[in-house]
Amino acid sequence: MTFKQKQLALYGILAVAGIAAPFVFPAYTFQITVMWVMILFAVTWDIMGGQMGYNSLGNIFFFGAGMYTCAIVQIGLYYDVAQYTASYGAIKVDFTPEQYFTGLVLGIIAAALVCVVFAVILAHVVFGLRGPYFAIGTLGVTLSAGELTGAWEYVGGGGGIALPVFPGEPDDRALMFYFMGFGLAVATFLFVKWMFSGRFGLAANAIRDDEEKAEGMGIRTMRVKTTGFAVAAFFLGMSGAVFGNMIGFIEPLEVAFPSVTFGIFMVIMCLLGGKGTLWGPVIGATLFHAFKEVTWTYMLGWQWVMLGGLIIVLVVFFQQGVLGWMQEKWPELFGIEVDEGAIATALAGPEIDERPHRGEAAQ
Amino acid sequence: MTAMIEVKDVSKAFGGIIANDKISLEVPEGRVTGLIGPNGSGKTTLFNSIVGYHPIDEGSIKFEGVEISDFRVPKIARLGLLRTFQQTRIYSKMNCVNNMLISVNHRSERFIDLFRDYPPELTEKAEQLLDFVGLYSKRKLISGDLSFGQQKLLEFAMALMNEPRLLLLDEPTAGINPTLINGLIDRLRRAAAEMGVTLFVIEHNMPVIMNLADSIYCLANGRLLAHGSPDEIQSDERVINAYLGGHYTVDD
Repeated sequence: MTFKQKQLALYGILAVAGIAAPFVFPAYTFQITVMWVMILFAVTWDIMGGQMGYNSLGNIFFFGAGMYTCAIVQIGLYYDVAQYTASYGAIKVDFTPEQYFTGLVLGIIAAALVCVVFAVILAHVVFGLRGPYFAIGTLGVTLSAGELTGAWEYVGGGGGIALPVFPGEPDDRALMFYFMGFGLAVATFLFVKWMFSGRFGLAANAIRDDEEKAEGMGIRTMRVKTTGFAVAAFFLGMSGAVFGNMIGFIEPLEVAFPSVTFGIFMVIMCLLGGKGTLWGPVIGATLFHAFKEVTWTYMLGWQWVMLGGLIIVLVVFFQQGVLGWMQEKWPELFGIEVDEGAIATALAGPEIDERPHRGEAAQ
Repeated sequence: MTAMIEVKDVSKAFGGIIANDKISLEVPEGRVTGLIGPNGSGKTTLFNSIVGYHPIDEGSIKFEGVEISDFRVPKIARLGLLRTFQQTRIYSKMNCVNNMLISVNHRSERFIDLFRDYPPELTEKAEQLLDFVGLYSKRKLISGDLSFGQQKLLEFAMALMNEPRLLLLDEPTAGINPTLINGLIDRLRRAAAEMGVTLFVIEHNMPVIMNLADSIYCLANGRLLAHGSPDEIQSDERVINAYLGGHYTVDD
């Protein structure tokens, strides 16, 4: 089998596993759905954090923004949003199946688009910051978004919004959200894979390695950064819309803008899997989610301690992550060439080899 | 002979320190122009002013007749005016070929091009240029693993990949071992002659710059001290005094 065939086979197996999972393990449908969302988190975080060297602590902002945008569209299409949120069910809210699905689909689309607009506006604010200032700046954006939403009565303030109820059986509901999460994660992965296969990937890596040099070579760095940010926002916004509806009730601090849980998890997952790689975030998110589910189930009370321990081990002993470690150990598997004689040659030999290496250069 | 760069009465001060004081000079097209001067004489500041790294306090800088003193770095780079750095700067976690590919010029790049692949001719060109500087056998290596001298060569090749009209080189031979220097000079000359790149070179190594340049400007204490052919500069009293007099410091 060629490399390409092996790759296709791998994708096929994963796709089948993804489709079969909720039927094989129906009791875990919700957990596996969350895992797909986690994978989406990690893959989108890696666009800026891994590939471009901009460690954002505020990407979860787009998750919450998408969630609220979707809710406003879903409700606003048929009711007065302020009245709906103020009444806490006192007015009769009844969505027909047609209204429900129209609202959901339009809401998800609106979430994606609104988040892209937010990303483009925010890009002009936060990309003036570098290094730790960028991380803190983006964190500030999310924290203030949570607080502002909490004070915004139109969307129910800190009390949150109960979203329209799925018109059907609970099992169908779980399956629908499962496939939405799965589909979004797959679409995100494939889009990011495609995006990084061309010039965008090299430009992003150039910015990561030396942004000043990239500017000096004429790369439109702002355009590259804004595009990366907007792509992350596009998919995160949709994931927020789906996640909010799956939970059924949204509020600003714990569900929509959870900086200290999901906001930090996306960073840890990328570090665990190996940031700056395509598969690293996927592997990291899967392992992390499994770790989290296990500790939350069997070590309740100690789960945050375990999580803290994992972060410390990662940061101190295992910075390159699973995939980074594999690349170091078996570089040839990843098409990386290492010149073992390089150091010896550099010390001993003439550095310009005067012999032509290529036929056409010999003239 | 047309002037590619016209610097007129350019001044630049950092706080109370005047780094450039009313400097005027011209870089003619198709030639190699040298810029020398003791450490701290304002050479790199002048380079930074030309490529838009910082705004100038007064004066005018024209590139091919266009006033560029208000432009920022990436825009000037896209006009075809590039510089290399004294402290070599490459994309250290990418391999050499990718370093070359991303260095292609971005003059006519549209948004949609970000999502396109590089055409195979470009990889071909990248490999030819790597071969030109003697790095072909290292093309797949991560550039940060190369020796310092090889990184300098790679940076030079990256600049050529951009097809600049004018290339500002900040101490191209600094830190390179002596056996390599001749090879580098040969390549600089060939780049100027065969690829039509005009060169403006800061250099501390006197034999190198006397050998390479068609004409030389000498700065001292932020002012233009002398201008002339290498022979004239070598015998200029003021230049000799500037280098051997009170301002002389050990080269880095």
